[in-house]
Amino acid sequence: MTEFRILRYDPDKDKEPHFQTYTFDSPKGMTVLEGLIYIFENIDSTLAYRSMCRGAVCGSCGMHINGLYNLACRTQIDNLGGKVVLRPLAHLPIIKDLVVDLEPFWEQYKKVQPYLIPKQDPPEKEYLQSEKDRKKLDPWVDCILCAACYGSCPVEATDPEYLGPASLMKALRFIDDSRDGKTKDRLAFVATDFGVFRCHTIFNCQKVCPKTLDPTKAIAKLKMKALFG
Amino acid sequence: MTEQAPEAIFEIEHWGCPFSRTEEGKIAQRPFGGAGYPRTCYGTDKTGHYILQTLFEQTIKHDVKTYNEWVVIALVKDADACCGVITLNMHSGEVQAIGANAVIFGTGGSARMYGNTTNALTSTAFGVAIPYWAGVPLKDMEFVQFHPTSLYPSNILMTEGCRGEGGIMVNNKGERFMSKYAPKAMELGPRDIVARGVMTEILEGRGFEESYVHLDLTHLGKDKIMERLPGIREITLDFNGLDPIKEPIPIQPGTHYCMGGIDSSIDGSTPLAGFYAAGECACVSIHGANRLGGNSLLDGVVFGKRAGAAAADYVKDKPKQPRKEALDRTLKKEREMLDRMQKSDGTENPYSLNAELNKLMPLKAGLFRDEKLMSSGLEEIKALKERFKKIRPVAPGSSFNFDKIWTLEIKGNLDVAEALMAGGLARKESRGGHYRTDFDKRDDKNFLKHTIVTYTPEGPKLSYSDVQITKYQPVERKY
Repeated sequence: MTEFRILRYDPDKDKEPHFQTYTFDSPKGMTVLEGLIYIFENIDSTLAYRSMCRGAVCGSCGMHINGLYNLACRTQIDNLGGKVVLRPLAHLPIIKDLVVDLEPFWEQYKKVQPYLIPKQDPPEKEYLQSEKDRKKLDPWVDCILCAACYGSCPVEATDPEYLGPASLMKALRFIDDSRDGKTKDRLAFVATDFGVFRCHTIFNCQKVCPKTLDPTKAIAKLKMKALFG
Repeated sequence: MTEQAPEAIFEIEHWGCPFSRTEEGKIAQRPFGGAGYPRTCYGTDKTGHYILQTLFEQTIKHDVKTYNEWVVIALVKDADACCGVITLNMHSGEVQAIGANAVIFGTGGSARMYGNTTNALTSTAFGVAIPYWAGVPLKDMEFVQFHPTSLYPSNILMTEGCRGEGGIMVNNKGERFMSKYAPKAMELGPRDIVARGVMTEILEGRGFEESYVHLDLTHLGKDKIMERLPGIREITLDFNGLDPIKEPIPIQPGTHYCMGGIDSSIDGSTPLAGFYAAGECACVSIHGANRLGGNSLLDGVVFGKRAGAAAADYVKDKPKQPRKEALDRTLKKEREMLDRMQKSDGTENPYSLNAELNKLMPLKAGLFRDEKLMSSGLEEIKALKERFKKIRPVAPGSSFNFDKIWTLEIKGNLDVAEALMAGGLARKESRGGHYRTDFDKRDDKNFLKHTIVTYTPEGPKLSYSDVQITKYQPVERKY
């Protein structure tokens, strides 16, 4: 039997979140998300969790799973030893059960102007970009905005003004883009006390990123650029 | 579509989409199945992800107001025009009416009627069911595409790019079996032919564990896989613990794309004035009976843009006053419907009904169809619909009541599956994704026409409309 301990909170009736335990047989290969779906469909349809693609590309099911932030869909139950403990993402208000209010995360994201501000007016066809310049973006463009890094970052716990790993990596994604014309302004915006210099290089974001991206490295790179150009 | 493709793609590139590049720094293109020229623009193996992120970035740049997690549950009609939507706000649980002179649906495909699908959990038929219930006809729902290569057993998509980059498929005898089904195009034949080839190998005992064949990328080498197909490697590592640099990938066909959908024009307009649809939920019929790889993203960007422009044009001289009476009337009706769901005295579990539907669809309306399979499938769906009338009460709770919304999604699945099955049963020929073993030839004399399905409370009503033939005369395909 597999045991799921889930932190639950119903705004209609609960004062505080509390754990609830469900047990069922999980077949080999079942993911944590499939376990949640099983509980929802067969045991308790009041359970709330976000999900969408089930293939680790949409970023909806980020949560705290047995001590680490991850996507429920890419976590095998078998790897957790039969006992699964689930909490919602941290540093974000709980709305219901595993569903959190992501607004604070989006607010930080919007601050870094997360869109291309081109150097020049668009040509008739595409902006030319060398293969080498395009390659520079590879480490940063695969972010799925699941907020696992945000939940894992202890700085977020104490300083809600901190831009956070995902937003800073997004800033670098445009700083490193040969088509973007706002490099200087972008660097100035992140090279502050609520930006890269607030990062304590704890490596949690790097450790938990379900796409194996490295926001810690992105922040280090931004620090170097800010200090030495 | 092809005429306006460059403009639409350049626009997305100007917005910052990180397309892969050629040596000259242009947008890179690769071969895809069924195409005679490497014409598919791409960004590594994550083109869709990059386009999605780029569009999201633009909504932030232009401060577009979005209602995140407000789910549309019904269209509002006044006289013969659409004048708004009824929404369920997932955060608060409130049901509200929003007035609008034009509504555009971009709700995606319906492949979650099938259990073996590559699609997201949310790609149910609810998006096309909402206009269907409101009297907007569905077109060509029987044309469903089965992607040849989905990962076994999760059915996560293994992009056609795998074969575009030179991946091969082999059966349990080590044979590159596509030589039997498409000797020239081999693995890059059109999806229906490749998918049926894979399925035939499995059904005739040349698969592994009676369920899959191998997609082999090992000969491409580490560098090419890491550079061109990194997302594929990530998925196989995460979900199967398998590294495609070292081992072949177990694959089987998966239900992938609905060519059919809401009956739409090339401007996204539908028979209901003020209501538009674009992308997979729509059926402009650009994909005919079988979509080519790469054309779905292109359909989304080209026809999304056209629908937006047409809707903006349509609302120009419309009064700004919401049509309160129609909005209130529909709101009351929908609230009563949700209330009945909450107070039901039935006992059926809606998820069990959906599981039964998911199981029957690939068997009765899958890669191989015939009269017997489809008519028994239709009866089974009707029985499921009867049982759905006796479902247990929906779970209580206002905020993020997913039970409420999933139950509606399942209702949509059942009604649209019925429309699909009825359309397929009546189409006594084989065409594209619709392959009937009892009528295995294409029949242009009797069936070069669109199936149009209209909702009635008694069941789907079928009619037909003409196919618009433009530059190219339809001929039988050879690969």
